[in-house]
Amino acid sequence: MAAQAQSPVSADRSAGAAEVSRAILIVGGGIAGITAAVEAAEAGYESIIIEKEPYLGGRVAQLYKYFPKLCPPYCGLEINFRRIKDNPKIRFFTMAQVETVGGAPGNFEVRVLIRPRYVNDRCTACNACVAVCPAERPDAFNFGLGKTKAIYRPHDMAFPMKYAIDDDACSLSECARCVEVCEYGAIDLKMEPRAIVLRAGAIIIATGWKPYDASRIDNLGFGKYADVITNVMMERMAAPNGPTHGRIVRPSDGAPVESAAFVQCAGSRDQNHLGYCSTICCLASLKQAVYLRERNPNAHAHIFYIDLRTPGTYEFFAKKVLSDPFVTVQKGKIAKVALDPQSGRLVVEAEDILSARKTNLKVDLLVLATGMESSLSESRNNGARRPGSESLRRETAPSALQAGPFRVDQDWFAGAEPQDGIFAAGCARGPFDVATSVQDATAAAAMAIEALARAAGS
Amino acid sequence: MASKKLGAYICSGCVIADAVDTEQLAAAASQAGCLARKSPAFCLEDARLIRDDVAQGAVEAVVIAACSPRVNTDVFRIPGATVERVNLREQVAWSHPPNHPETQDLAADYLRMGIERARRVARPEPYVQANTRAVLVVGGGVAGVSAALSAARCGFRVVIVERQSELGGWASHFYRQFPKRFPYQAPQEITVADQARQLGALPNVTIHLSSKVESAEGEPGQFKVVVRTAEGTIEDTVGAIVAATGWQPTATAKCERYGLGVYPNVTTSLEFEGMAKRGELIRPSDRRPARRVLFLLCDGRDDDAHLPYGGNVSSLVALKQALYVRELRPDALAYVFYGDMQTPGQYEYFYRSVQGDPGVLLSQGQVERVAEDREHNLIVEVSDTALGPGATLEIDLIVLAAGMTPSTADGESALGLRYLQGEGLPVTKFGFADSNFVCFPYETRRTGIYSAGAARQAMDMAAAARDGRAAALKAMQSIEKSSAGQAVHPRVGDMSYPAFFMQKCTSCGRCTQECPFGALELNEKRNPVLNPNRCRRCGICMGACPVQIISFADYSVDILSTMITSVEIPEGDADKPRILALACENDAYPALDMAGINRLEYPASIRVIPVRCIGSVNSVLITDAVSRGFDGVALLGCKSGEDYQCHFIQGSELLEKRMANMRETLGRLMLEPERVQVVEVAISDYDKLPSVLAELAETIRQVGPNPMKGF
Repeated sequence: MAAQAQSPVSADRSAGAAEVSRAILIVGGGIAGITAAVEAAEAGYESIIIEKEPYLGGRVAQLYKYFPKLCPPYCGLEINFRRIKDNPKIRFFTMAQVETVGGAPGNFEVRVLIRPRYVNDRCTACNACVAVCPAERPDAFNFGLGKTKAIYRPHDMAFPMKYAIDDDACSLSECARCVEVCEYGAIDLKMEPRAIVLRAGAIIIATGWKPYDASRIDNLGFGKYADVITNVMMERMAAPNGPTHGRIVRPSDGAPVESAAFVQCAGSRDQNHLGYCSTICCLASLKQAVYLRERNPNAHAHIFYIDLRTPGTYEFFAKKVLSDPFVTVQKGKIAKVALDPQSGRLVVEAEDILSARKTNLKVDLLVLATGMESSLSESRNNGARRPGSESLRRETAPSALQAGPFRVDQDWFAGAEPQDGIFAAGCARGPFDVATSVQDATAAAAMAIEALARAAGS
Repeated sequence: MASKKLGAYICSGCVIADAVDTEQLAAAASQAGCLARKSPAFCLEDARLIRDDVAQGAVEAVVIAACSPRVNTDVFRIPGATVERVNLREQVAWSHPPNHPETQDLAADYLRMGIERARRVARPEPYVQANTRAVLVVGGGVAGVSAALSAARCGFRVVIVERQSELGGWASHFYRQFPKRFPYQAPQEITVADQARQLGALPNVTIHLSSKVESAEGEPGQFKVVVRTAEGTIEDTVGAIVAATGWQPTATAKCERYGLGVYPNVTTSLEFEGMAKRGELIRPSDRRPARRVLFLLCDGRDDDAHLPYGGNVSSLVALKQALYVRELRPDALAYVFYGDMQTPGQYEYFYRSVQGDPGVLLSQGQVERVAEDREHNLIVEVSDTALGPGATLEIDLIVLAAGMTPSTADGESALGLRYLQGEGLPVTKFGFADSNFVCFPYETRRTGIYSAGAARQAMDMAAAARDGRAAALKAMQSIEKSSAGQAVHPRVGDMSYPAFFMQKCTSCGRCTQECPFGALELNEKRNPVLNPNRCRRCGICMGACPVQIISFADYSVDILSTMITSVEIPEGDADKPRILALACENDAYPALDMAGINRLEYPASIRVIPVRCIGSVNSVLITDAVSRGFDGVALLGCKSGEDYQCHFIQGSELLEKRMANMRETLGRLMLEPERVQVVEVAISDYDKLPSVLAELAETIRQVGPNPMKGF
């Protein structure tokens, strides 16, 4: 095994072009990408992860808990990170994005651009730099709720545990105070973007999802009222390492939340927005109702829905949550959201399909169960700078087409047909929950290995 | 081992030297017989010093007193030496007051513990056997055929066993499958027959039809299996097994209220598939055309539901079959009544396209009563539908959604495992193979055996096909890993495995019962026999053994006990209590690191030892600690019960059981039971840890100093 392990990955274009690479290149280091990488590597293949953020873990790293067990994502991530740390067959590049794909199955040539992190591998994560940094940036990890310094630890469980500098917020060489205090020579403000070329026998596209832009939904008040937030923001608010240290409060004034409403299908199942169902939102709102109830035993959670989608054994989770009399549901859509100037609370006007009546509800917090949009989508929506996925679509896909086509459907999810040598996994294929993404990525790893075997045999 | 050459490398970086006197630590290490070195950053250029010492033969066991073992793993992987990490950064300097005597004592204790551990740790010798690169697939439905194809294409020999006389499973009896690709409108052809043909054409595949696995014994890499075929029994050896045994329709006893089994024109979705495949759309009572067909979804939220849980696919089945009605008889009408339409993801497009069919009435609503007239027409009273609050329909045929019960649920095993713990895979309350199903869905409790398809979870055909491939990968991986003598998930790559000092074994059998993975069998003398490749290296057997005869080369009761006794217990100082914390290395230990990273402070009286699983803690360690003079012991493990978080499934649950005995033991020693506490800690609980630990320390302080101190 050792000899095979050393051979294939090389930045050298001239190295044996006919030889079939045993490496699998995985675009995206979220739960699907990580799973594909470790599962393939533990079966004896080389894995290379290309991740655009400065850390691995993707969206699940931002979640407070998983349904239905209400367990923390970091429990599984910790194991997966250990599998990566202990396995020399796995390599990963953070702040990296695929620029072009050339070659053919068995021998793809992938050009990857690595953005400057300005912090090198000498960083010990001692935190001395943060104390002296004068500049701030919106905390992208917390969806802009709260700020970090321009030099920052991506989050407190980040892997790799290395800091990064946001060059939108940092004046770089003009300041350099962090360079002075860093005892380890870990900061390099002159770091430039660099391109590398990797060879791989197969490619897995695990680019994941992004939250649908709630400000595009006119009647729900997002962006207009501070106390209208999205479900992903709610995850951060509930997390102990989030902007409120786990307190669920009204963003407008920090007051505790006595009642919250959840709006299902905020953007999903709607031909003006996302035509499909985002699969996870009903369960996510039920889960978040539990967050609220755990924090405040007097708080009331009310869920507006079209169909409560809790398929299979998830039904048990739904039953458990709904057995709490303080968690109520209403079948019906929201007509409008307004602010009651006296109380500062939100007034939610909705229909109740089962009783054929209109209802008005006053709440402290309105959580929009915004759906999952494919990261391959060209629309830029969440304010945060996430250029990786768009460039993959714009630049990778056409060149990949020459190599063995990678197709994206009208909804921006990867086409269902397997393409030789290039496979999609997880939420690049559709809106999946975590368990399904893991299953899907394991299958994609198998398909990639089959492709390597095919290429070696042909 | 006394002559082992030890090197202690004490880092002063990341404010360690601001918090503790590293000179003192280095001096203590020298005194303990170590070559001692200091550096402002061993993780940088000075890592070479360690490598050089080892290369020159000056050091065989390395003790690095610096940051957490969770970071710089690659830098501190020193070829040719065992490496022990002492966590002076996250768990001392970053979480305790600087330059405090208690902080210094803590660091000194941790260093001593590390040195003592390094002295005793041996490098594991891997268990390597000649393995068979073959995969047995049990079940020839969509998932099984897909698994077999994948393994065969990856170069493994494949044996597939199917009870029926042909491959294909349920799918081969169905008319169409759900749309699999954009725009997700028309049901698609079923392709399993084609897949089965491709499988049959591969040279390294053996297909046993009308056959059954009679027994399987052994371990990953070398399972001996006996297959009963029509011609007789065949013996074979395989490296791993995919259990794709599929599903059965859920018992329909509770569907009587809808007329199933009572009225001839009430049928199930399964029967209806067969009907459609034959091109029939008729009333079974008189074989006259069925023109009004009602599909009924009983979802699990209904108390009276015939499914123990909502169907994953029943909404989609009804939509698909409503289109069969329209295709077979364009003038016929289909009614679908539902509680909540379950069409997740892109299947929403399918739902919408069916909504556009004028011959399909889709409505929320309930069926109140089903009766029949003399002509066997069904008279159906419905409520809360689009037809109004109450309505009566005359229907030719009612189709009830058949639930999917996993084949593993009935207790009858299709695997015939000759395992002491039983013939099948341990299952959840739903009958699916037990696993940490969110993060690690394929890890069953039988190493080398992976379930796939509807036996693992209710799923549709497209998902089952992918699922089969994924399980095949896990099977191939288990063969690769066991060939190298390495563990699979979660201690991937671990080459240690438990050894038994048999002279002292009392044949109590506890280890064989408690192993969550059924790794141990009993021989004719009722002594435990290990199957190393089944072992996941959690050490739960080590925790179970009442006479402590089970140990790993690098993890044992002896090693842990030495670490415990190397802690210096201040005598006659009520302000310096000592508490031992045994912490799960996967969750509680990282949570303590997180507390440090956030500079949260917790009592410096606590000495933390990471353990592979809280279930690996042998109760003798607790009595050791209290007899040594520790004032209290905290066991920091994962959540147990139905929503368990233990990566070894049962570790924290077993600990709970052992605690009952433990409290009795404490009673005999005239010690208060409050001295030993079990705390459930999730990895994300780091924010709560300081107060939890402070409270625990306070409780123990109130109980008072351990009277056994100094004995």
